[in-house]
Amino acid sequence: MTSSNTTRADNGTMHTVNTSAATAAVRPRLTWFTFASPANFYRLAGVLGPVCGVIAAAFAIAGLWMGLFVAPTDAVQGEVYRIIFIHVPAAWLSMVLYVALAFWAAMGWFLNARMAFAFARAIAPTGALFTVLALWTGSLWGRPTWGTWWVWDARLTSELILLFLYLGYMALVAAIDDTRRADKAGALLAIVGVVNVPVIYFSVVWWNTLHQGSSLTMGKEQHMASTMLVAMLLLTLACWAYAFAVVFVRARAIVLEREADSAWARALVAPSNQGR
Amino acid sequence: MNGAVFLAVYQRDLRLAWRRRTEALLPVAFFLVAASLFPLGVGPDPQVLKLIAPGVVWVCALLAAMLSMPPLYAADHADGSLEQLLLAPGAGVAVAAAKAAAHWTISGAPLVAAAPLLGLLLGLPAEELPVLFVSLLLGTPILSLLGGVGAALTLGLRSAGMLIVLIVLPLAIPALIFGAGAAAAVDAGQSPSPHLSLLGALLIACLLGAPPATAAALRIAVE
Repeated sequence: MTSSNTTRADNGTMHTVNTSAATAAVRPRLTWFTFASPANFYRLAGVLGPVCGVIAAAFAIAGLWMGLFVAPTDAVQGEVYRIIFIHVPAAWLSMVLYVALAFWAAMGWFLNARMAFAFARAIAPTGALFTVLALWTGSLWGRPTWGTWWVWDARLTSELILLFLYLGYMALVAAIDDTRRADKAGALLAIVGVVNVPVIYFSVVWWNTLHQGSSLTMGKEQHMASTMLVAMLLLTLACWAYAFAVVFVRARAIVLEREADSAWARALVAPSNQGR
Repeated sequence: MNGAVFLAVYQRDLRLAWRRRTEALLPVAFFLVAASLFPLGVGPDPQVLKLIAPGVVWVCALLAAMLSMPPLYAADHADGSLEQLLLAPGAGVAVAAAKAAAHWTISGAPLVAAAPLLGLLLGLPAEELPVLFVSLLLGTPILSLLGGVGAALTLGLRSAGMLIVLIVLPLAIPALIFGAGAAAAVDAGQSPSPHLSLLGALLIACLLGAPPATAAALRIAVE
């Protein structure tokens, strides 16, 4: 808490954060670290969160329409293949978000930036959500096409382990009461985890191929219809925008909670500013 | 790395373990009891037991190693001696390496020694027993090193025991795959050497990577 109070000194005017004069005063000094300041980030995320949410909704509607009504029925799998439109974006984001988590954890570690830690924490639940979604939709897809809810296929197994890594990070961070220690310990675990991800992935692939061979492979068609591809890309963008929106909103809440003692946060939640 | 610190911490931990011998034997007792539950659970069919034996032995070794991790730094943290230990120059890595080495000597080595016995109990053929032994010999130090990172990260937390299991087990999966796979490869008529080579590679990587990570985690915990 002492560190946050000392860095608060240069933001002494932040209690006027809601007036346009303060906004104008900050703007000329736009640097790489402008939004590493919690007060600045809070305002930026307040704008970007809803914007990303609207973008996510728009892309989701367009993508679902394309996927459910425009894209043709698959010749091999029939209608069931349409789960690909959520399955593939979810699987993709589950992996990208773990790397993003580790990236912000590393940034927090090396630059000692509080916002980076808050970001890493904000990403974790969304990443875990997408991992669960990928596993869940994959299971729903596997039942009619493979005839089973689950196989210990290399991809499924590594996705499951990814979920365990997310859960481990979230459990560790939640178990440590001291914010600073929780941030750093979580960051270390995330970095160790991301170093291990390729090792885990290849060990699982080799384990699978050494043991049972490819008894089941993804029964995907060779050439995707262009409408299918467009629908999948639209929904991928929707998932990206959703992830950004949720992470901004969550990071905003984390920052406000952590900076509860600072002048700008107090001014923000003061009764006169309610409703803004 | 500070060699004097390493030796001092290592010898001290061994001496402490020697003075509480029953406690030091708990992991290997857990290992034997847990593994003997499997025939009771899955049935005494020798064919089934032979098939699952390497995996059972390995999983039980993994759990025994993780469950014996929480006390590794706890007493030194509680009485403040850990902070004093970390004051010496370059001591963090030395302390982490010494603690992992002591953990392996006290609870890892007995597991390795007991593993062939368990293999016999589960009906593992004689030609697989040496492979299981070697795979555990290479694999249990990995568990001690990775577990050290978990123990340091969860130092002083209320639910440290379960947390260590949750955060370290995913990282230990490659060791489990190659370790149990070595004996299974012999069963399938293949050479176990690729598995053992990969296990050795993992051990080298952990020897290089785990002590610095543990030292960093210790510094976070005591700062």
